[in-house]
Amino acid sequence: MTCDLWRSKLDAYVDSVCSAEDLANLEAHFRTCASCAAEALAGLRIKRMTQNAAARYSPSREFRLRIEESIQAKRKPGWTFAWRPAWLPGMGMAAAALAVGIVLIVVALTLGIQHTERGHALAELVDLHVATLASANPVDVISTDRHTVKPWFQGKLPFTFNLPELQNSSFKLLGGKVTYFEHSPGAQLLFQIRNHQLSVFIFQNRQETIPLSTGIATARELAFNVEAWSEGGLRYVVIGDASPADVHELGELMRSAK
Amino acid sequence: MPLFARLYNFAHWLAQDRIAAEDLVQETYMKALRGFSSFRQGTNFRAWMYRILRNTFLTSQTGLKTSASVSLDSDEGQTAEPAVAENPETVLLARVERETIQNALEELPVRFREIILLCDLEEMSYQEIGETLGIPMGTVMSRLSRARKSMRELLAARSQGAAR
Repeated sequence: MTCDLWRSKLDAYVDSVCSAEDLANLEAHFRTCASCAAEALAGLRIKRMTQNAAARYSPSREFRLRIEESIQAKRKPGWTFAWRPAWLPGMGMAAAALAVGIVLIVVALTLGIQHTERGHALAELVDLHVATLASANPVDVISTDRHTVKPWFQGKLPFTFNLPELQNSSFKLLGGKVTYFEHSPGAQLLFQIRNHQLSVFIFQNRQETIPLSTGIATARELAFNVEAWSEGGLRYVVIGDASPADVHELGELMRSAK
Repeated sequence: MPLFARLYNFAHWLAQDRIAAEDLVQETYMKALRGFSSFRQGTNFRAWMYRILRNTFLTSQTGLKTSASVSLDSDEGQTAEPAVAENPETVLLARVERETIQNALEELPVRFREIILLCDLEEMSYQEIGETLGIPMGTVMSRLSRARKSMRELLAARSQGAAR
């Protein structure tokens, strides 16, 4: 078979949809043809870079809320909220009680909105984690060595972070990649413990971002265990389907990283 | 909301504008809600949502403007030329940066941009891409091949420009 015929199969090779027979033949050909091997390598590299570079835009919180509201409205046609305080005038104590009640409702609603926003933020991070696990190329830097993974982020993120020494722990570093959350770039690191894979997300703590937690907070989001904290101007979130104890242990390792 | 962030990213790439992308996503969800009864259980929900978004884009003002400047040549019967085997190109491509990829994607015609995004970013199978774009598998493969060739040419030209 000439190189031209092999090259017609390169897209399928790059997209991992080759038949087993084609795959074996192609790989045998690559061993004897440097030019085709270089083409395949370039194709794989561009595909992975595109995957990374194309995850560029993320929707704003306001937009997400707006869409959710319009979907809610669509689901409940005819549902309206009307408040007519006709009995209010002349109601002395009752009016004061009402005022206190309104304040309490506003506070509760504000806390509720913050809680909902936090829930959305966590749900979005869980989505990122699940999408990573489902991907054929979950990470862009594949290494178990923190001295390889950390420097890879240099120049790609506007901040730096430390990775823990894992030699005496049950965790293994699998690699990392740049990810986007609330319009800003961050690091996503993938760790493994037994058969579970966990993501650690690190983002800048900006004023406009949703507060995921104060102090160390744990949560369950879509049955994933989550631990989040802020430190040194950065926000950290550990997400995984491992036990809460494992998630916490990885959090502790990250916090102890020097 | 299923697929929300990913649909928004795809919409922004198509429309290349935040407001237009928000309108597209909003309309997509509204159409999906209205037409949910037309969704056949057991078929691909993701492809269905992307198809609604894409069709909404193509009939929007931005989409009509964009598609008017795109060649309407059919993909049928066009076999992709094999990529050139020169090593200098692969050397240049190895230097490509994230921003260069983004700029090249922006420059690609919409039908090339969308197929690359569906394949490389969304990791859709060729069959799913076919369902989303409403084209047969053979056309998916030939269009993808041509899209990648254009992308590589753009990247090589940009890298060459930067190297000078």
